[in-house]
Amino acid sequence: MAKKYELNEIEVWDGNMAAAHALRQAQVDIVAAYPITPSTPIVQNYSKFLADGYVDGEFIMVESEHSAMSGCVAASAAGVRAATATSSQGFALMAEVLYQASGMRLPIVLTVVNRALAAPLNVNGDHSDMYLGRDAGWINLCSYNPQEAYDLTLMAFKIGEDLNVRLPVMVHQDGFICSHTAQNVRPLQDEEAHEFVGEYKPVNTMLDVANPVTHGVQTEEDWHFEHKARQHNDLMNSFGTIKKIFNEFKERTGRTYDLVYTYKMDDADVAIFALGTTVESARIAADKMREKGVKAGVVSLRVFRPFPFKEVAEALSNVKAVAAMDRSAPGGTFGALFNEISAAMLAHGKSPIVLNYIYGLGGRDTTIDMLKGVYEDLDKCAKAGEAVVPMQQFLGLRGPKLSFY
Amino acid sequence: MVKKIKNLKEFSLSNDRFEGANLMCPGCSHNIIVREVLNATDDPVIVATATGCLEVCTAVYPKTSWDVSWIHIGFENAAVAAATVSAAYEVMKKKGKLPPATQKMVEEGREPKIVAFAGDGGTYDIGFQSLSGAFERGHNFMYVCLDNEVYANTGGQRSSSTPIGASTTTSPAGSVSYGEKMMKKSMVEIMADHGAPYVAQVSPSKWKDLVKKVQKGFEVYGPVYINAQSACTTEWKHAPEDTIEVSDLGVESCVWPLYEIINERDEHGIIYSTKLNITYRPKNKIPVEEYLAAQPRFRHLFKPENRHIIDLWQKAVDARWEYLQRREEAGV
Repeated sequence: MAKKYELNEIEVWDGNMAAAHALRQAQVDIVAAYPITPSTPIVQNYSKFLADGYVDGEFIMVESEHSAMSGCVAASAAGVRAATATSSQGFALMAEVLYQASGMRLPIVLTVVNRALAAPLNVNGDHSDMYLGRDAGWINLCSYNPQEAYDLTLMAFKIGEDLNVRLPVMVHQDGFICSHTAQNVRPLQDEEAHEFVGEYKPVNTMLDVANPVTHGVQTEEDWHFEHKARQHNDLMNSFGTIKKIFNEFKERTGRTYDLVYTYKMDDADVAIFALGTTVESARIAADKMREKGVKAGVVSLRVFRPFPFKEVAEALSNVKAVAAMDRSAPGGTFGALFNEISAAMLAHGKSPIVLNYIYGLGGRDTTIDMLKGVYEDLDKCAKAGEAVVPMQQFLGLRGPKLSFY
Repeated sequence: MVKKIKNLKEFSLSNDRFEGANLMCPGCSHNIIVREVLNATDDPVIVATATGCLEVCTAVYPKTSWDVSWIHIGFENAAVAAATVSAAYEVMKKKGKLPPATQKMVEEGREPKIVAFAGDGGTYDIGFQSLSGAFERGHNFMYVCLDNEVYANTGGQRSSSTPIGASTTTSPAGSVSYGEKMMKKSMVEIMADHGAPYVAQVSPSKWKDLVKKVQKGFEVYGPVYINAQSACTTEWKHAPEDTIEVSDLGVESCVWPLYEIINERDEHGIIYSTKLNITYRPKNKIPVEEYLAAQPRFRHLFKPENRHIIDLWQKAVDARWEYLQRREEAGV
């Protein structure tokens, strides 16, 4: 039995430490991982917990991220609780196996400390890796600070392992800004955390010699479609479980989590829609704009996959203009958030002006002044009733201004 | 516990855990090898399989040929899958959380045997990183390479196991080419050099030798590598009924020598003795030419302009046989 880790009511943790403690408290049986900046400290911290007797599972330091996720898939299929952490290139190397994990319906938890994808090589935060994996059939939860990284990682196990869901879950946090910035975190004590997460009750475990199981079959055209449709169905219907577990967590801790997270949206005319740590800056920018008489608000997502189309449409139903802030190189189209927000609004018969800002790539600082500039653009469009600025712009880019459409 | 085997008839009837009537080609060695491996023990077996013929022919939903727990993840990760299942087993054993039937088995002094099967593509090439990592970490499992010297599942492309002169779809023999240009990788020694406690090369034609080695492998703790010659009717292009005969020509010509390497290790994994044993010595070593002549993939080598490749083959096989004998004599 693992030793109890004495925790203070308030701990000063960065996002990586918060995630590591959540993995420890969930009493993960197998962590198979390969270190990569900026998520490295998660596995380092976890190794130290193991070395000091605070964990009684096993940490397997594999030879690549591909093997890390493959190991998690096999461990999970064997019937044990499995988790890992990664970033950027490592996430890209896992990409193949991410689909295996979700297709095999295995509730693995992956903490993703978001970072840019090369080339050019860059260790800092943006959402390129999150966007790379967004269609892998995983539930994607977004945290904005170490407290949320901790809370959501604990909740991730419960969500993924729910028998109505049975899907792997990623918990995202921003590289360095969240992962390396120490903040006050209110942890649950070990017993309470483990009681919340619960014992893992696997189905179809390979280790049961009395009931052999087959995992990872081949399907031909006569079954593949049904499998993928069923998987999509269960992913789309996981909102119910996610909300239920958010509520259970609220009852226990008083901390509220929602699919969509809004700030001053009741009377907003213009809104910034962003993911990650930028949200906090956007809130400050919104306050400053309100001092100038602009009715500004902020919308962000807690759940990026499945995408909460209905809640997004509701949150934006009364705004005149919204900025979709995409922290990833768009790769020949509008950013992913732009596309999804536009689709959500179209599907619900609403048509605010949607602008697309590409920002913060490779860790580029995004200031409150820049975000105020975004609100000013939105305000101009809202007043004119049409897009009077380019629809896709790069925020804070040096050199000639780039814009499209 | 080691299963006692009397004769081939009894042996062949004792397995009901792998259905031989599957989608594999008639005459495929994979079936024979898998049955021989699973048949070598009465203990429960858990299998991980790489993408390849064995996987696509034995687990097409909603059917399966496997009456053992089985997993397939990808082409390149059979080794890490088996290794992690093994680790998961040990964690649950330590935590006292094994499923009841498994727990009962452990109390009876039995352990499940965890086996990975992969082809030469999934072993020598794309899966090598995962294989090397799993062996270096010392997980307790057996890795069986079904070595048919070609990417048979994808239509017969060369792999780094394809021997020189073989005509494959990506190293075709033609008017100016004799086919594959490179010699085959020495996978057995490469895996032994990882410090594995037991490594062996086997052929399904010498079934007793194969089973004995698999049993030895099951008895040691740590990663075990078995390189199994797997004649491929489709890509070697011999008749299905000739599979065992072609395999035997490989053994009798010493193209496919049967041997084992035992690394004796202490509890810290420090190797204090390495021993190579040749387990089958042909009474009359036949010329390589006879092995090559039995397989149309080498037919073009018998043209006058390519005869020098046959000579090269003989030279390479002789040198290797000499090397193995010297190592055996020297006890290293």
